[in-house]
Amino acid sequence: MTKLTLGPIAYHWPPERRRDFYARIADEAAVDEVYLGEVICSKRAPFHEPDLPETIERLRRAGKTVILSTLAEVMLVRERKATAELASLEAPEIEINNAAGLFARGRRPHRIGPFMNAYNEATIAWMASQGATHVCLPVELPGPAVAVAAGAARALGMGVEAQVFGRASLAVSARCYHARAHGRTKDNCRHVCEEDPDGMPLRTTDDRPILRVNGIQTQSESYLALIDEIPELVAAGVTHLRLMPQAVDMAAAANLFRALLDARLSAAEAEARLREICGDAPLSNGFYHGKAGYRRIARAPAA
Amino acid sequence: MSVAELICPAGTPSALRTAVDAGADAVYCGFQNATNARNFPGLNFTPQELEEAVAYAHGRGAKVLLALNTYPPAGRTALWREAAEIGARVGVDAVIVADMGVADHIARAHPGIRLHLSVQAAASSPEAIRYYCAHFGVKRVVLPRILTIAEIRQIRKEIPCEIETFIFGNHGLMVEGRCSLTSYLTGQSTNMDGVCSPASHVEYVRHEDGAMTSRLAGFAIDRFGPDEKAGYPTICKGRYNAPHRPEGYYAFEEPISLNLAPMLHQLIEAGVHAFKIEGRQRSKSYVRTVVSAFRKAVDEIRAGRRADLDGLVALTEGRKQTQGAFATKKWR
Repeated sequence: MTKLTLGPIAYHWPPERRRDFYARIADEAAVDEVYLGEVICSKRAPFHEPDLPETIERLRRAGKTVILSTLAEVMLVRERKATAELASLEAPEIEINNAAGLFARGRRPHRIGPFMNAYNEATIAWMASQGATHVCLPVELPGPAVAVAAGAARALGMGVEAQVFGRASLAVSARCYHARAHGRTKDNCRHVCEEDPDGMPLRTTDDRPILRVNGIQTQSESYLALIDEIPELVAAGVTHLRLMPQAVDMAAAANLFRALLDARLSAAEAEARLREICGDAPLSNGFYHGKAGYRRIARAPAA
Repeated sequence: MSVAELICPAGTPSALRTAVDAGADAVYCGFQNATNARNFPGLNFTPQELEEAVAYAHGRGAKVLLALNTYPPAGRTALWREAAEIGARVGVDAVIVADMGVADHIARAHPGIRLHLSVQAAASSPEAIRYYCAHFGVKRVVLPRILTIAEIRQIRKEIPCEIETFIFGNHGLMVEGRCSLTSYLTGQSTNMDGVCSPASHVEYVRHEDGAMTSRLAGFAIDRFGPDEKAGYPTICKGRYNAPHRPEGYYAFEEPISLNLAPMLHQLIEAGVHAFKIEGRQRSKSYVRTVVSAFRKAVDEIRAGRRADLDGLVALTEGRKQTQGAFATKKWR
């Protein structure tokens, strides 16, 4: 059965918000697996790491599988240390987002995160040979390539994951653009990214929404939403569908995708409800269709 | 002191000859397809041209490095394997790779070929670099443009391979190989297609007040006054509005060039083995001027003399310059 996963929170949500969020996910959201851990900025980790054991326990008691995700960018000593520490864990499972994590993990089992650039069957085969059990495909990979990659990974006995909801990660940098917007630098940022729980909106000079800033990360303005595409993803061998936490009712979003997977909800109904949940945020699926990522490609009506 | 090789861009066969004649120790180039990160119209080499280029360079004591530094999407890996095969056949001195599948293939199918790790692999820690060295026998890493010289010096002590750093040209802001901004706005991917803010999607719109807007795929990237020179609409050098910056600002970086001329000596002392000049898309005369100037500067430093750096500083043609992340952590 296709599993639903909840990706790691990309934003700097305060500890209390995170606790409430995961309590609700544990109690109400039909997700099977939850990724925890700070992926974007090592300066944020001290704020929510103390709650991690309790959150893991809470989610486990609710029957969810918990996976810890490593940082996407590893450069500073504290980032190298954090990555090595996670890589040394026997349990829970870990998802690796940087080659420094692969180095530390060796051949012990691990998952490959979306920042690892597993674009093709050769790379996936290499990763599997080094102990990878599961791969999350890059968000920009178009449908035909997803099918080939998923088929190859399944043949190697791996789990295959694709993001179906939430802002797409478009870039990471060493520079913090949140700090920059406030006339600061990364070292004296005073955690200003906390002000934007769904990313800081950038608009073009002619006032068109275009991108979101989340610390060192740049995200899509649109929420990626694959709905009509899900039967194709599942048929191709994708075993896990990833929902990225946004500042919307994520339990409702998760339950909607579960209903869609269980054929309790039509694609048209699912899209209408998702639009209600997401408010003004535009939905997009361009990447999957090999078009500009921000676009929403309507599926041709069945003949 | 390290050797400080000068690695120069060659977008065309004539640019390659120009770079070699101007004193390049090595030139880097790619094929006319998605296998390299400068897959721009009118640029790059046919297999025949690459073969001739290798003969020309080798005849003059210079090396040729083949960039195979994009990420093949599943189902299309054959194109990258063919490119590696041609590179091996014509005798390139190294192949610059980013994708693990491509690296693994070359390490096994062409064990004689020297592998360099592209900046597109985003290896920014000793552990990440050692991963590629241990598994694929990488002999040199091209470092991301996000590290300070102090950090480069530290990395050098912890890795078994040579270091190459960019010293001049475009100032990449995002972690290379992890950027889908172009893909998001245009549908062409930097990682899979080797395209960044493609010219085919660029337009300049003149307004009634004489101002000019540069657009990419219909999105306004920057706006220029009647007397300003309009720049190219690269997404990460664009001007945007944010809630705290309603007046518009360069959210990521200003249009600016990297120029590490004043830091060459420090870079050599930090253990950098090779200096890379960006610009396979630049003209032959640009290549000649820049390569000649850096050749002179590097030779003077190696001879223990003070290099005349004024000429190098003037090379950016009046554009703003930066030493980016190399000088200070405050850049971040």
